[in-house]
Amino acid sequence: MHINPLERKWVYVSLGMVGLFVASIVLTAITEGVHPPSNVETVDSASLHLGDEFAEDKLGVRQQPDGSLRVTLVAARYGFYPNHIEIPADTPVTFRMASVDVLHAAHIPMTNMSTMVVPGYVSQITTTFPKPGDYPMLCNEYCGLGHDHMWSKVTVVAKEEWHGVAAAEQQGSKP
Amino acid sequence: MSDQEARRFVIDHFWVAFAAFALACVLGVYQVLERSGIIPAIQSPAVYFASVSTHGVLMAYVLTTFFIMGFGYYVATTSLKMPIWNKPLAKTGYWIALGGTVMAAIPLLLGKASVLYTFYPPVQANVLFYLGATLLVVGSWFWAGIMLVMLHQWKVAHPGETVPLPMYANAANAILWLWTSVGVALEMLFQLLPWALGLMDTIDVGLARTLFAWTLHPIVYFWLIPAYIAFYVFVPAAAGGKLFSDELARVSFIMIMVFGLPIGFHHLYVDPEQAAGWKLAHGIGTFAVAIPTLLTGFTVIASLEVAGRKRGGHGLFGWIGALPWRNPMVLAAILSLLMLMLGGFGGMINASYAMNTMVHNTAWVPGHFHLIFAGTVITMYFAIAYYLWPKLTGKQLCSASLPTLQLWSWFIGMAILTTPWHVLGLLGQPRRISDVTYNTLLTLAWDPYELAMILGGCVLLASALLFVYILFQTQTKGAEEPDRAVAYAEPLHPVVKLPAMLNGFGLWNRVILVLMIVSFAVPIGQFFFMDSFSPSAWGY
Repeated sequence: MHINPLERKWVYVSLGMVGLFVASIVLTAITEGVHPPSNVETVDSASLHLGDEFAEDKLGVRQQPDGSLRVTLVAARYGFYPNHIEIPADTPVTFRMASVDVLHAAHIPMTNMSTMVVPGYVSQITTTFPKPGDYPMLCNEYCGLGHDHMWSKVTVVAKEEWHGVAAAEQQGSKP
Repeated sequence: MSDQEARRFVIDHFWVAFAAFALACVLGVYQVLERSGIIPAIQSPAVYFASVSTHGVLMAYVLTTFFIMGFGYYVATTSLKMPIWNKPLAKTGYWIALGGTVMAAIPLLLGKASVLYTFYPPVQANVLFYLGATLLVVGSWFWAGIMLVMLHQWKVAHPGETVPLPMYANAANAILWLWTSVGVALEMLFQLLPWALGLMDTIDVGLARTLFAWTLHPIVYFWLIPAYIAFYVFVPAAAGGKLFSDELARVSFIMIMVFGLPIGFHHLYVDPEQAAGWKLAHGIGTFAVAIPTLLTGFTVIASLEVAGRKRGGHGLFGWIGALPWRNPMVLAAILSLLMLMLGGFGGMINASYAMNTMVHNTAWVPGHFHLIFAGTVITMYFAIAYYLWPKLTGKQLCSASLPTLQLWSWFIGMAILTTPWHVLGLLGQPRRISDVTYNTLLTLAWDPYELAMILGGCVLLASALLFVYILFQTQTKGAEEPDRAVAYAEPLHPVVKLPAMLNGFGLWNRVILVLMIVSFAVPIGQFFFMDSFSPSAWGY
């Protein structure tokens, strides 16, 4: 078998290049825990309203016993409920979402808050928003003819102006 | 089947492919117009999503499958110098695939199957759509089987000889397709069809998405391989040179086939039904499959350089100017490679495990695959058609300049279409909306890009119609073409002795089997053990 020396060099360059990309991804995944949202957890989408976690009065922003913030949302044609949430900047926030009906996905543009919401499964993603401001949260997976209208609002307030969870909770309870 | 009959058979395949293509381009222009919102009278999510579903099915399944089958029959008969094995079987496959296409097209065009070409259960389409899509795939299996029988018969008749490179790659594609289509076939037979027929009330969406991901990535290599075959065996000859390396071409095709299969989970990076470890494993495989494309880029550019220097070009870049830019095959290869480089760069970003979250499901993604598929792949399909049309029809191309005009306009149109599409994705625009209704400041930034895409769409439609016009004019009015023999490029260094593993597929099929079991056994098996809750069918 004949391999030109130049070609051989290019094979090494290609392997080196791809190796570098793979190494940086694997390294950050292992040492920094940089993963896409991958929470394999099932839920009965047909009875979310009867369950503990996704019942209507349980939705919105909550402080967990360990002090961390959790946002519980339901995705349903054609909105995310509650449809306006307020969260602090520079604070890790864990979103947990479930779909009542079909496939949805949530993306807050310009941020890495992006996850599919698949009926039968709970999506979970933790992220931090560095910049305060008003953000839309868009459904970016086709969910039916009203898909264009499926979005909600996320207000990120500066950490020092954050009024705490009580205020947020009130806000969350009136979708 | 006589030569004449075989050519007619190939032409029939190509016309089905190109008719689907032309119709899908018309729909594409409607979509960019509707999406921009500048003509309120045509705004309609129902029409838009029916159109998008039809556009996707026609381009990704009908155009590709028929083109690949026709091209495969041509490559097999001419490179092996054998007639098509079992003509009635080949014809049966063709008619099954065509019948399936028509069967799926009816509900699609009536808006009864607006589930996009990715099916998306639990939204449910009319059962004819699923049946039609299944028949299209079943028809293509006849083709794949015939390709492998012909390869086998040739090897038996020529012991110890090297399989011609185009046929080797063509057979690799048939094998790749058989492995690839199993995922969607399982989804169809055990989930979508029984569910759409009312035999099952619910559907496990996690399992359906996993099976579809099995097919969804390697299918793009099924589409890409004919373009690569043209890169390796037509482009060097058209440029007046030789193929830089026959052996490395085989290595590239093998790597595409082997690494292309077990990597579908980058489509599921942000899905909740698969765990991080499996996504990472598939992500590494996704990078591995970049290697054969890097090798192909090198070999094609090196082959072009050999030709350019032979034609009197010198200096570091002088050989580029010396290439025959007016030859459609050479021009297409240059334009196609340019788009492949940009699209490949975007593909690396999509493949990046965590960075992908920034662009997942945004307009960036259709921007990316239009650059690679509609840019790189379809440009080479055009070039193959221009090269083969005189050989197939016996008529000279109706014009020497129109094909170059067509190729340039396609390239320019695709650049105008896909650049704003990528930007829109970075600005957060979801890929599958029919209109921008969000009441937020962010969307103001989207407007100019949507307008630019209309221009791109119109240029592309004009180019597509010109392509069909050239083929039709040639076939009906072209002057007699004396040269019906196809010229496959000779390698720079003749292949003297080839290891058996570069001349057959036995070893590689076993490697694929192991890789598929490792990559999919647990991710698929988990659905049979976990306590999952399956939703029932929803309309849309």
